[in-house]
Amino acid sequence: MRELLAQIHYDSWILPILLLVPLIGVAAIFAFCRAAPASGDVEYRGGSRARWIAVVTLMAEFVLSLGMWWAFDEARTGWQFYIDAPWLPDLHSRFTIGVDGISLFMVLLTTFLMPIAALGDWTSVRTKLRTHYALLLVLTTGMIGVFVALDFLLFYVFWEIMLVPMYFVIGIWGGTRRIYASEKFFIYTMGGSLLMLVAILVIWQSVGADTFSYDQTVARLALSPVQSLWLFGAFFLAFAIKVPLFPFHTWLPDAHVEAPTGGSVILAGVMLKMGAYGFLRFALPLFPSVAMLPVVRGIIIGLAVVSIVYGALVAMVQPDLKKLVAYSSISHLGFVMLGIFALTMQSVQGALVIMISHGVSTSGLFLLVGMLYERTHTREIASYGGIARVVPMFAAFLTITALASIGLPGTSGFVGEFLVLVGSYRTYPFAAIIAASGVIFAAVYLLWALQRVLFNPLSNEENRHLSDLNRRELGMMGVITLVIILLGVAPGPVLRRMETATAQLIEHVERGSAFAEQQRAREQTEQP
Amino acid sequence: MHLDLAHPGHLTIAVLPEVILAVGAMALLLIGVWGPETEERARRVGIASIGVSLAALGAVAWMWSSGVTSNVGLVAVDGFRWGTSAVVLVGAILTQLLSLDDNERIGVRGSESYVLTLLATCGMLILLGARDLIMVFIGMEFMSIAVYILAGIDRRSARSAEAALKYFLLGAFSSAFLLYGIALIYGAAASTNLAVIGDRLADPAVAGSSLFIVGVALLLVGFGFKVAAVPFHMWTPDVYEGAPTPYTAFMAAALKAAAFAAFVRVTLEALPNAYELWHGALWWIAVLTMVVGNVIALAQNNLKRLLAYSSIAHAGYLMVALLTGTEAGAAALVFYLFAYTFATVGAFGIVCMLGHSVTNSDNLSEYAGLWSVRPGSSAAMAVFMLALLGFPLAGGMGFFAKWYVLQAALQAPSPQTRLAIILVMTSVLSAAYYLKVIIVMFFRPRPEGAPVIAPAPSATRFVIGASVAILLILGVYPSPAVRLARASSPLGDRTVVPELRSPEVPTAAADSSGVVMPEVSLAQ
Repeated sequence: MRELLAQIHYDSWILPILLLVPLIGVAAIFAFCRAAPASGDVEYRGGSRARWIAVVTLMAEFVLSLGMWWAFDEARTGWQFYIDAPWLPDLHSRFTIGVDGISLFMVLLTTFLMPIAALGDWTSVRTKLRTHYALLLVLTTGMIGVFVALDFLLFYVFWEIMLVPMYFVIGIWGGTRRIYASEKFFIYTMGGSLLMLVAILVIWQSVGADTFSYDQTVARLALSPVQSLWLFGAFFLAFAIKVPLFPFHTWLPDAHVEAPTGGSVILAGVMLKMGAYGFLRFALPLFPSVAMLPVVRGIIIGLAVVSIVYGALVAMVQPDLKKLVAYSSISHLGFVMLGIFALTMQSVQGALVIMISHGVSTSGLFLLVGMLYERTHTREIASYGGIARVVPMFAAFLTITALASIGLPGTSGFVGEFLVLVGSYRTYPFAAIIAASGVIFAAVYLLWALQRVLFNPLSNEENRHLSDLNRRELGMMGVITLVIILLGVAPGPVLRRMETATAQLIEHVERGSAFAEQQRAREQTEQP
Repeated sequence: MHLDLAHPGHLTIAVLPEVILAVGAMALLLIGVWGPETEERARRVGIASIGVSLAALGAVAWMWSSGVTSNVGLVAVDGFRWGTSAVVLVGAILTQLLSLDDNERIGVRGSESYVLTLLATCGMLILLGARDLIMVFIGMEFMSIAVYILAGIDRRSARSAEAALKYFLLGAFSSAFLLYGIALIYGAAASTNLAVIGDRLADPAVAGSSLFIVGVALLLVGFGFKVAAVPFHMWTPDVYEGAPTPYTAFMAAALKAAAFAAFVRVTLEALPNAYELWHGALWWIAVLTMVVGNVIALAQNNLKRLLAYSSIAHAGYLMVALLTGTEAGAAALVFYLFAYTFATVGAFGIVCMLGHSVTNSDNLSEYAGLWSVRPGSSAAMAVFMLALLGFPLAGGMGFFAKWYVLQAALQAPSPQTRLAIILVMTSVLSAAYYLKVIIVMFFRPRPEGAPVIAPAPSATRFVIGASVAILLILGVYPSPAVRLARASSPLGDRTVVPELRSPEVPTAAADSSGVVMPEVSLAQ
């Protein structure tokens, strides 16, 4: 496989192609599908063709990206599939893209989930199909761009641009409170990122005002402690909102609940990972001295633990199934943040595995909730009960995905949470112990929900005639289950590919903070 | 080519674009009244006026590219003038195109509206080239008087008449402030030439005299009115709402650009040595303008009023560029004005389009569900809103405009970090009302029995389409515009970076009164 990929020079064109293919899909949709008729809200030919084009494009995108799994050289440090082309010479910005062991899996997660998201909207989105699928494709380019950009301006452009399609997806095809949810989503995210924009400009200024390149900036950046603290704050706000870390999480339940199924899959599966990715790629390497200050680190770890427990407790009392899943995301992302800031080899790798695992299992949960909603038009847990006998396939998949989300050994969720807890116990034992209770809470709220939805006596007569999963739904859930189990049983190949980049990151951060420490000590001795 | 401005022939070449506009306006005025007043004749005059503006734009481009220079005199011959003139002329041409369709609709059949637009543009160009306070005043009045009439050109509309009267009264008031300020500055510096004033102010006795300080304060008030900065903005929403839409676009884009450019030239060329004096006052005006403009815009349900408050907010952002006091700031300002012109005129173009089918085309509720009937125009409006918001790619150039202003603010010798932070925070606020327009158009259903929206007439459609295309193309690849903005940053032959005066500068050898005997030195 590897030789074949090398022969076709896979590594020199794959990333631009991944960015380009969805846009070709957009062009094809607008070229080959007629707009909806004015009377409009029924299925029409142009719309279903747009749907097919989008799904085929996204599947092709996934197949193309799969080669990265084999072509990726796990022993090599530095960027792979690296492209550096001129873009805006007058603004010192270049089109620099590349991946390492951290972003590789984010890209693969995106390309894996996007066709599923598009399929998930197959029947739930019934109006304006052409625009809907075009937006999903644009979103794909934007999200992949965020994960591969190695130039600050380019990163910022991708970071902002993916907001727009998501905003329209929630606002046009969302639930009853979609306008409120979409606006909140937009303003929260933009509010955080605009301060990051100022921070990016200050950094650009302080490294000599001649480059936005990630590598050069990291190498050259030398800031006063006060400056670093402020700039770290700006980056922290942008990423903490996106993660979301308590208390910046309030946009999440609204956006996730109101979004159509595909939108929720993308939000939970990919977009939440961008915040965590931002910490790993930008906030930590740029400001190691601040991020490793005991106070700062303590606060963030504290917020992470609060997120874990708070998310779990709030999820426990939700009467709405989709909201329950949304709040469980806050809890899971708390684990990710704990893993990142505990900064040991296991905990960071664990955080990365949770990012993948949560992306897959929560997407599965959202899909299943969406399937149930399409059949009954309610998400109230109370209106279900005992449907396991009516829809056995649905029940089986819901159980597997929920168990993965809880972190049952043998599923992907276990690997990540175990690594985070083991890793963070070495640096923050107390936080690790409280966080471990989050796993128990997760078992409580998910198993309780399972019981009330699937197993209690069948109380609602209307549920007696639910239809079980169809082939499209089976296919989606089958693929998701496969990944959950594979990752749970054999995480080795994934962990191996992450190892080099993680080790490099940790070493860089520790060296940076040790250097800052020395300098501080020297200054103190110099002052009598 | 080097021009000697004392030489009449050379002076004529230096003001070639203005001459083209003035002569063209006179000729069209005669042609317009040379027969019965019909719509067809008015339209033909309108098309001819676009030709005249294009010719002036050509003259600007020619003089810019041929690298003409001059000595210090009444008019400036430098990149800043050409760059800003190009922006204003583009804004004027777009306005003229919009008014071709709109005048027919509201029944303005006389050709004088086109002539007045040309004259106002001529005034703006004079203002942009002014290197003398007297020229600044002449240009400002020339421009304003024509625009007062344009605001009231719809004679049958009471709101239009109200707008014109309100604008005229407050405008006359502000002109008086400006003129009095000029007189006092002349009293202190003994010259009205910007470059000469700049040199005289090196003497702290002149710069510290109360005559001069009061003069600068009055000057700031006068400019504050023209650029609609808070607290001198009260006229803006009423006038923008009442004036016929194309002329609202003209005021929001071209007039603001011209007034701002003149403001920049006066502060950076004549007053760099009084940097602390105007910096403190303008700092607060900028902050107030950003905050008040954005906050009040949140409450608007009338699209024209919303855009009026948005234009006030943008005046605040532009002031941040001005406050940097650097060439980079001036370049950022030109770039910003360029992007802002397309976004604003485009947005008003959509209002014009709706005006053909709906009586209250400025009422936001008329836009509900517009996407389901006019998807293209709605998408264009979304681009304009995102451009005004400063969003990358989808908002096109708007992002780089804000980026540039922020960059200039942080790069200045005295970095304006606080202003930059206030700018981005108020931008977040502005998202709420720009998104409101998008929400209404895209997320709300089209109400039952809503009027059918006709497609935009050809000229209006051209304006909308061209604005979107330019915003988006330059949003992906802004380098050409960046280069033009850079080329338009040098003001005259002097460096504009303010040398912050240190307090140790000896204050000897100065008349204690600080007043120097006046001497006439219009041209050297």
